[in-house]
Amino acid sequence: MADNPGPAALTRRVFLRRGGSVALLLGMAVPVAGVAGVKGAASPDGRLQINSFLRIDSDGSVTVQANHSEFGNGAYTIITMLVAEELEVPLSAIRLEAAPTRPEYYSSIFREYLTAGSITTFSLWGPLRTAGAQAKALLIDAAAAEWGVPATEISAAEGRVRAGERELGYGQLVAVAQRQETPLRESVALKAPADFKILGRGQRRFEGRSKVTGEAQFGIDIKLPGMLYASILRCPVFGGTPRDFDASDALAQRGVVKVKAISNGVAVLASNYWAARKGRDALTVNWDEGANTAYSSERFFEEYRVMADEPGMLAEDIGDSRAALADADETVESVYELPYLTHVTMEPMNATARVESDRCEIWSGTQYQSNDQERVAALLGLPQQAITIHRPLIGGSFGRRASKSADFTIEAVEAARGEDVPVQVIWSREEDVRSGHYRPLFVHKLRGAVDAEGLPLAWHQTVVGQSIMQHTKHDPAYMVDGMDIYSLDGCLQEPFGVFPYGTSYAIPHHRVETHNPPKVGVVPQEWRSVGHSHTGVAYECFLDELANAGGRDPFDVRQHLARDHGRMSAVLATLREKSAWDRPLPDGWGRGVAARIYSVTPIAQVAELSVDDAGNYSVERVVCVVDCGFAVNPLNVEAQIQSGIAMGLSAVAGEEIVLENGRVRQSNYHDYPVLRLTQMPRIEVHIVPSEEAPTGVGEQALAPTAPAVLNALFAATGQRIRRLPIKQHDLTLV
Amino acid sequence: MYSLTVNGQVHDVDADADTPLLWVLRDFLSLTGTKFGCGMGLCGACTVSLDGRPTRACTLRLSDVGKSEVRTIEALASDGELNVVQRAWLDLDVAQCGYCQSGQVMAATMLLEANPSPDDAAIDSAMSGNVCRCGTYQRIREAVKLAADRLPNAGGDHG
Repeated sequence: MADNPGPAALTRRVFLRRGGSVALLLGMAVPVAGVAGVKGAASPDGRLQINSFLRIDSDGSVTVQANHSEFGNGAYTIITMLVAEELEVPLSAIRLEAAPTRPEYYSSIFREYLTAGSITTFSLWGPLRTAGAQAKALLIDAAAAEWGVPATEISAAEGRVRAGERELGYGQLVAVAQRQETPLRESVALKAPADFKILGRGQRRFEGRSKVTGEAQFGIDIKLPGMLYASILRCPVFGGTPRDFDASDALAQRGVVKVKAISNGVAVLASNYWAARKGRDALTVNWDEGANTAYSSERFFEEYRVMADEPGMLAEDIGDSRAALADADETVESVYELPYLTHVTMEPMNATARVESDRCEIWSGTQYQSNDQERVAALLGLPQQAITIHRPLIGGSFGRRASKSADFTIEAVEAARGEDVPVQVIWSREEDVRSGHYRPLFVHKLRGAVDAEGLPLAWHQTVVGQSIMQHTKHDPAYMVDGMDIYSLDGCLQEPFGVFPYGTSYAIPHHRVETHNPPKVGVVPQEWRSVGHSHTGVAYECFLDELANAGGRDPFDVRQHLARDHGRMSAVLATLREKSAWDRPLPDGWGRGVAARIYSVTPIAQVAELSVDDAGNYSVERVVCVVDCGFAVNPLNVEAQIQSGIAMGLSAVAGEEIVLENGRVRQSNYHDYPVLRLTQMPRIEVHIVPSEEAPTGVGEQALAPTAPAVLNALFAATGQRIRRLPIKQHDLTLV
Repeated sequence: MYSLTVNGQVHDVDADADTPLLWVLRDFLSLTGTKFGCGMGLCGACTVSLDGRPTRACTLRLSDVGKSEVRTIEALASDGELNVVQRAWLDLDVAQCGYCQSGQVMAATMLLEANPSPDDAAIDSAMSGNVCRCGTYQRIREAVKLAADRLPNAGGDHG
């Protein structure tokens, strides 16, 4: 592992000399677009710019440009850990700055400024450790030349280098390195895991203190001189636009400054948010409701069920499923139906913008800075680099803030355009629920048969739901012959498109088809775990149905199917033991299992629950085993897994967005309930020890939770639920 | 013009009578630690102390605050020293996105002020109104217990 710097190894190096100081710049795998544009190229004396990410100042402080957003994922902590370990400085020596939205800071995986896909740690693992190691080597080399001793006789620890009696702090070495123009070594050895002092040990959150004192600054907390607050009235029907409006009552509201139409609604600008909100509520708008008023969730379910009976695009065809099913004495057939879901981040959408003739400044909790920058530049007719995007902390995202339309950022720009002060747009919770982007509604139809041993023999699945990626700029990367690889993620045994993994199972005859229904105004968007949020339910529950049909233990069936997948087999073996799967439960209790691979990480869970006669069920315990490679920050791995399980349970138990007449029925936490403390199961997390490169955990834990709970409910009650959420079936999570 | 006492200081606020205390704190007094989550008293992100009682600032009208003492998250630490709940939250690394945590810490602080040895039922009752979409509940429960254990003269079984 130590020799493998990962997929984004350092690839180039540039020396620049300005005014007697030296700056050393290293591009990452993504080529630096013009060195002159790199911040720090003209770094003043007293600063050693190791590359575009890492700088050491003469006071010994280390500054890292953080090119990933912090929305609870733990990105900031990981960044400090990776650098500190190799540079040999205490964590407390590291400062973070939000890297500007420029190509040299784009994700080495996405080639965009984007924090998503649970790959932050994976993508930074090589580059940041290498940068830290190169900086340490440079400082040692500078000391070696200064002292006239071989570099091999110099050690570095705690921000200081030592050789015998002599020692210098990193800060003191900055001037030495600049004077000597010490070159960076081309290649450096990285530490072996056995030598890690920081990595692999639980480290508390970098910005943790600010989050218990109220000092943490989220986008909604931005205050700028003269700033106005805006509340926007949007059409209740997706795609509708304002025809005309009467603003007289709104303008009569104290504090309201202006009312204006923007592309998707009417914005009320005021000196405080409450005044803006009251002004908005006083608006009378005549809407053109557009083409989507006839759409409803029920209609989509009906249409999708019909489509699921028809041949679709063929995604996978292993063996001969149709023949095997035709030959089978008995087949099992089921349809799973999953509603729209929304993210309801605790911090409602908001953004602040200041628009000037030649530039625009934005404060936005977007997780997709390069896209927002591109969209705003196009809107304003300005060059992309004229758009500055500041990065406040983000109060949750779960995919919502990777908006491909940059919707909430664009709204702020539209509201601020033409004003000589900045404008902050704040969404109410109702707007967040009703005007959002959603996990699309899906129907899965499955047919299967078991062999003479009762083990799954044939599988035929048809997946119907709106594509998230089709007709977006991601179409080329995420669509395969018209099929969205996210819609199918977790249904296929073989790798598909750019996803280099399958289910881990080997069912002899395996056929998967899909339909992409037309887009209908509702914007589909990634929702934590993306495709797995629905494929996990359909696949893992139907697998249980087949196990039941074959009279087999569902855990045995999974272990059998995954027997040739080493990592999943190990995960399942650990899970069987840790969950005490084979120990009997009291009456009224049930256990369910599910196993998934999402974005390379195998993860499996057993949910254990009890149900009373009144239909109240309590998920008592969830045991989770994950193989995420080397766990860089186990404290955060555990947190992310607890979080994923909580969100997965929340959704399967009670979340649904219902579309009626083109409108969303739900509005706030009373009718879109999310998990509460009393409903939280006891969660046990077991991380498979590994020295492989780290893979993601941010989304993975959601994937098995819903099916594990549904399978446990079946075990406890004999009731097989195939339409979500569970609350529709007179079962209440307590 | 309304006069209200926040964190021991008296402020004159010129806002509409129906302005929720939340927006007075945030937009008039720049105390942004108290968060907007739902506007209906459903999520607890805006929890403040009103004379020591947990109160949803998003549904309390300015004109109804009267002479009550308002205390917000900004006043919990004194001279940079965190209170026992904040320390427990930090030690157990409770926060993820952190947006709800002002309200969680306020609710837990007032719980322990009223009941220094809460059992699980008391924790459920005091904390179930505070939503955390990141699902930090397991650590929240552990942190409340840790904070209770660290209180002077901690006693009783809250296992």
